[in-house]
Amino acid sequence: MPQYLLLKYYRGGPERHHPFPPMDQWDPDDVEAHLAFLRHVTELLKDNGEYVEHKGLTPTRTWVRYGGPDAAPVTTDGPLPETSDLVAGWWMVDVDSHERAVELAAYTSSEPGPGGEPLYEWIDVREVMSESPSSD
Amino acid sequence: MSEEPARALDEGALRALVPQVLAGLVRRGEDFDAAEDALQEALLEALRVWPEHPPREPGAWLATVATRRLVDARRSEAARQRREEVTYAEPSPTATEEGDDTLFLLFCCCHPDLAPASQVALTLRAVGGLTTREIADAFYVPEATMAQRISRAKRSLRGRPLDQPGDLAVVLRVLYLIYTAGHAGRVDLAGEAIRLTRQLNLATEEPEARGLLALMLLNHARLPARLDSDGRIVTLDQQDRGLWETREIAEGVRVLQSALAVQTEERRPGRYQVEAAIAALHDDAPSPEETDWPQILAWYDDLVALTDDPVRQDPAAVLGRAVAVGHVLGPDAGLRETERLREVLGDRHRWHAVRGHLHELNGDLPAAATAYAESARRATNVAERDHLVRQAARLRAG
Repeated sequence: MPQYLLLKYYRGGPERHHPFPPMDQWDPDDVEAHLAFLRHVTELLKDNGEYVEHKGLTPTRTWVRYGGPDAAPVTTDGPLPETSDLVAGWWMVDVDSHERAVELAAYTSSEPGPGGEPLYEWIDVREVMSESPSSD
Repeated sequence: MSEEPARALDEGALRALVPQVLAGLVRRGEDFDAAEDALQEALLEALRVWPEHPPREPGAWLATVATRRLVDARRSEAARQRREEVTYAEPSPTATEEGDDTLFLLFCCCHPDLAPASQVALTLRAVGGLTTREIADAFYVPEATMAQRISRAKRSLRGRPLDQPGDLAVVLRVLYLIYTAGHAGRVDLAGEAIRLTRQLNLATEEPEARGLLALMLLNHARLPARLDSDGRIVTLDQQDRGLWETREIAEGVRVLQSALAVQTEERRPGRYQVEAAIAALHDDAPSPEETDWPQILAWYDDLVALTDDPVRQDPAAVLGRAVAVGHVLGPDAGLRETERLREVLGDRHRWHAVRGHLHELNGDLPAAATAYAESARRATNVAERDHLVRQAARLRAG
């Protein structure tokens, strides 16, 4: 069955449904509700038999490239570190169809934000390429 | 690791007993869900015990151990006062003979209300006798996820009558889904699908079931030539035909002929028989140049005639037919055929790959390279993506 990554972003993506401050400025109860919802999504996926994995990434990014023969690796945190896309984490799901992956992504995007209102956050849905060629 | 010798020794024979034993328990009135769990435990115990104490009657041994598990489970449930009342219709004891056990279980596992992923998982466990771990490995999901999928599927079967004939078309689709899922890890799903379809054919005379078995065999025969030693895809026209399994081809042709023999003008062959006939014609060609494309096109005409609106209902058949048209009437005619599918398949990698092939046949290498590159961008499989990128690069290099 096809597998998809449901990617959450710290920043980037299409224009937000509505502006909201970073989570460290929310009311503590709203923070708890938000984190509880994320745990609930993971539990739901497991309960459905659709769960593959979930991971979070730290917001610290280092761009690295080969420096050339006998040279140190070249690193940078630019260009435009404040505005470029930054992935926060993902769920990987194993589902019957692309439609089902979209449905799950839309549900995760209903996560509560400040005041318990849904964040309407954009989720990036990406199909994972399968490794084994099919036998047809 | 300690169970490895037992697996090598007994696994095939052991798993062949699964449908018979499970069907026996269910017919006796046991709940399908609980019986399946109990048999799974009995199988694990058999792998542990049999190497040193081989049973005289393996089927009876499994039934006895599974029954003991069921009794234990019922006792502990009763003790917790949480016994759920199961209200499914008691199967009539006269229902079917032993030879139909496989069919009976396939109808349970391929219940039309279950999602395809659940039908596949349940079939592999309850009919194929694979462990949850093996099924999970084959589909690259955690074992807990597969366990949950199986137990949900079984839960949703509770309370449904399981003694009525099911939908054979769904069973065939599920078996074909297992076949095309390929093979990964320890489990050869294509081989498993062939084994299950063979079993199905012992229980039904339906020509389409034979058509499906023939289709699998005739495609599977080419599998050894489909990848090179580095795992790169080799297209049909480039394959070393000496690597094809002639025994499987011979059997596939025989099975197909036996299916087609019972068809009449009024009762036309179904899609699996038609697709098997196309596969047989490919298998029959000693070289790509000797492929009987006019005959293949005639079968594709039959295939697209099976649906009222083939472009929407069976676009894959229309796409396959476009290739045949390209070989019979010329690449331009084939490309015109693909145009009808632009709206439906224009975003799928196969549509672009077919157009690349037809452009290449036409000698229009730049257009072919562009089509292969477009196809590569849409591929959902690493080996296919790499193959398409190579095709584009090869043509662009001249």
